[in-house]
Amino acid sequence: MTSINVRVDGMSYSDDVEPRTLLVHYLREQLGKVGTVVGCDTSNCGACTVHLDGQAVKSCTVFAVQADGSEVTTIEGIAEEGRDGALHPVQKAFHEMHGLQCGYCTPGMIMASIDLLRENPNPSETEIREGIEGNLCRCTGYQNIVRAVQQAAGEMSGADTLGAQA
Amino acid sequence: MTVTEDAATLAPAKEVGQPRRRKEDARLITGRTTWTDNMVLPGMLHLAVVRSPVAHARITGIDVSAAQQAPNVVAVYTGRDLAEEQGSIPCAWPVTADMVNPGHPSIAVDQVNHVGEAVAIVVGRSKVAATDAVELVDVDYELLPPVLDLEEAVADGADLVHDQLESNTSYHFVFDAGEAGTGTDTEQAFADAEVVVSRRLVQQRLIPAFMEPRSVVVQPQGDNYTMWSATQVPHVLRVMAAMVTGIPEHKLRVVAPDVGGGFGGKLQVNPEEILCLLLARRLGKPVKWTETRSESLMAAHHGRGQVQFIDIAADREGNVKGLRVRLLADMGAYLRLITPGVPALGAFMFPGIYKFPAYRFECDGVFTNKVPTDAYRGAGRPEATFAVERIMDELAVELGMDPLELRRKNWIKAEEFPFTTVAGLEYDSGDYEQATQKALELLGYDELRAEQKRRRESNDPVQLGIGFSTFTEMCGLAPSRVLGSLSYGAGGWESASIRMLPTGKVEVVTGSTPHGQGHETAWSQLVADQLGVPFEDVEVLHGDTAVAPRGMDTYGSRSLVVGGTAVVKAAEKVVAKARKVAAHLLEASEDDLEFADGKFAVRGTPGASVGIQEIALAVFAAHNYPEDVEPSIDAEATFDPVNFSFPHGTHLCAMDVDTDTGMVKIRKYACVDDVGTIVNPLIVEGQIHGGLAQGIAQALYEEAVYDADGNLTTGSFVDYLVPSAADLPHFDTANTVHVAPGNPIGAKGVGEAGCIASTPAVVNAALDAVRHLGVSDILMPLTPERVWRAIHQGGDGGDRATAGTNAYGGAQTESTAGVSTPASSLGGDR
Repeated sequence: MTSINVRVDGMSYSDDVEPRTLLVHYLREQLGKVGTVVGCDTSNCGACTVHLDGQAVKSCTVFAVQADGSEVTTIEGIAEEGRDGALHPVQKAFHEMHGLQCGYCTPGMIMASIDLLRENPNPSETEIREGIEGNLCRCTGYQNIVRAVQQAAGEMSGADTLGAQA
Repeated sequence: MTVTEDAATLAPAKEVGQPRRRKEDARLITGRTTWTDNMVLPGMLHLAVVRSPVAHARITGIDVSAAQQAPNVVAVYTGRDLAEEQGSIPCAWPVTADMVNPGHPSIAVDQVNHVGEAVAIVVGRSKVAATDAVELVDVDYELLPPVLDLEEAVADGADLVHDQLESNTSYHFVFDAGEAGTGTDTEQAFADAEVVVSRRLVQQRLIPAFMEPRSVVVQPQGDNYTMWSATQVPHVLRVMAAMVTGIPEHKLRVVAPDVGGGFGGKLQVNPEEILCLLLARRLGKPVKWTETRSESLMAAHHGRGQVQFIDIAADREGNVKGLRVRLLADMGAYLRLITPGVPALGAFMFPGIYKFPAYRFECDGVFTNKVPTDAYRGAGRPEATFAVERIMDELAVELGMDPLELRRKNWIKAEEFPFTTVAGLEYDSGDYEQATQKALELLGYDELRAEQKRRRESNDPVQLGIGFSTFTEMCGLAPSRVLGSLSYGAGGWESASIRMLPTGKVEVVTGSTPHGQGHETAWSQLVADQLGVPFEDVEVLHGDTAVAPRGMDTYGSRSLVVGGTAVVKAAEKVVAKARKVAAHLLEASEDDLEFADGKFAVRGTPGASVGIQEIALAVFAAHNYPEDVEPSIDAEATFDPVNFSFPHGTHLCAMDVDTDTGMVKIRKYACVDDVGTIVNPLIVEGQIHGGLAQGIAQALYEEAVYDADGNLTTGSFVDYLVPSAADLPHFDTANTVHVAPGNPIGAKGVGEAGCIASTPAVVNAALDAVRHLGVSDILMPLTPERVWRAIHQGGDGGDRATAGTNAYGGAQTESTAGVSTPASSLGGDR
């Protein structure tokens, strides 16, 4: 067992973990952060995507010990702090644009999209499609996810150019 | 369609038709979900399954001693330990009276028949402990020759999957329109025909690949059991699990919490569900099993898997005269819930939208040493639609006709509805010409045809093709009597109830169990209109047999058509009951009351009115209500449709084919679907998008490939290509609306349309691009390798490079060396 200190969604945790424990299993099984889910075992689907020190990572591809001393943000921690029911603009856009159906890929898809918009605040359709190609969705055919990212980009840059039209 | 305005700003007079944002989203976008694998119960034990690494073998010994001694392992069970109590996974669809069903143990006892079959189960205090100990279970196998190829499996002298059976054929199902009285003699039609075109088409095996892996938790409480499962069918599962295990049905509660997609893949009574129930009973402790993705791809049922021999007869002018279909349908190693019924469901859809005077269908259900097939989005209908839409193109080529003109000449005209087809189905409503015209405009057809001509004339390395699919499908499963006539084991009705709470809020209970479709939103819209209550005042409950005791669940594009109608009928009963109370409270005659916008008003007496939500409180208090009624306005209804519904549409694909590399890329995809009345355009468009993605994926990306030894070489998401956002085009979608006459909503069903229609449009487009280069067929998926070979070497592109080999190098694995037959080593992917 190895001791780690991690901040997850603004809370500090000190835990003992097996060195082989994956970050996603630590989050789900030790911290009860079950908003982050597992969809595959080969790091293809991206359902487990979280932010590690602000960058999107597939938490099935990171050992919990690698997160020692780091800040982890999950889908449960992105809404505006202190405001119950408040949503991150990307969460809001996924809802507005019907960017989800079963919702299983959604946490990872939202976390990947936030990171995409951090790196490229005004992406083209092609840049969005390529930017989220590490995240698989089986329900939506991606079109409304693309619309959602476009809508969120507009809102986050302050220019609501797309609005409800998409 | 384009969503242009927010519903809230419109102050809708009616909810139906509004693009309401989904109620479901709030928990899904914030991670406040209840997936089965999230569940933790005190003392819960974890199961890990030891699975067969070989396709066909006798089990000669299992040594579990090392696993039993591993840290935190509670117990290890083999098939022998559970043989007396496990029964057989049920098959609810014996399509013929003499269908052969060898039985389907949940865990192998003496023999394994596909890679991935369960042979032992480790029970651990943690998932890690159980999983680690899987490696310690030592199984001895005596190898048997694997049966993998459908055509070889039915040949004389073929090796047998089940050596106690006489052959690998489970059943021979025939529908002959001449004999059924719905058409003329097929043999005569072919004998008299001026033109006959015959093709052998292949429907490759696909994997449903729902994003949430299957997961089961069972909690024993005395002699009661609660099972949580990532299932589409909690009601079907409860009945079947009770029958299989002997646990009385009333002692078993099944819950489908948030379920992450199904697509038919979770329409099943899974071996692992039965095993969890058996072990929870034996151990008296809660147990959980959650599969890995590799387990899911290997051991959850697959879809499709057919070799199709199809003949079409016509005259020189292009009038079709007859259609003849012979299928070899891959059952896999066992028959699961509706394995044999899937091709039989397609039997009636091969004639498509065309007026064939004669039709004959024959299908052999064939056992192979692969995981069983069963429902996957469309279930029988995509296979049929693919075949007829492909053969119409082939006939057009033979006749030198435009493929659209050939279709137009033969399709059912708008004024001919309702139309009884040669397969005996009564198509309800539609206008194929209107949908087609709209789709042509959406695609920009004329311009693309002009560009295609230019590219062809200049011998451009990138050739352009345009593919058609003018399709219909059979939805709204299903009229119970029709299912009975097809030997299905259950009915197709759906149940709903409505509870009017004292504060006027409304609880709607539906037997149709969603897993991404948006029932909570759409049902709220239906009820808001019916009862005149705010959309926000409606809560939809589902997926728990203790909450929603009656139901037939979600599959076959049935939920809105059948389940939604049950909700509407229950609401009508609520209004009828409330009317009596309103008349009493208003001291008026029932006949003088008008019900609108949630209020009963006395005709001609302004101000005299009472709201239905107020009536809910009045009957709760029950101080003042009519003498002759009970103090409740709650109601329930069961709806059993009398006919299927028949959505239709025209799908057009424009495809670039790089003749130098074999790479294909969809330039533009346009489709116009008629799904009847649209309750929520946002949800309908989303369903079309998702269906298109899966249908296009069959054409271009996905295939469950087995090597010559029966190993699944596409056993992870590295190898099984579920498309990403970058692999799919933008879709241009639109609708026409011809109301379904068979239900009061007028809806036809939308869940499978995109998946059924798109596959042939894509393949027809690719062939249209390269047909002038001598290509007349390319096997799906249209990988660059296959397309290049078809262009440069002729033929249909052949097997994929990995088909006859082991994915990890070498033609044979060490464990199975010496058992590959020369024939199977030539390529075992179909």
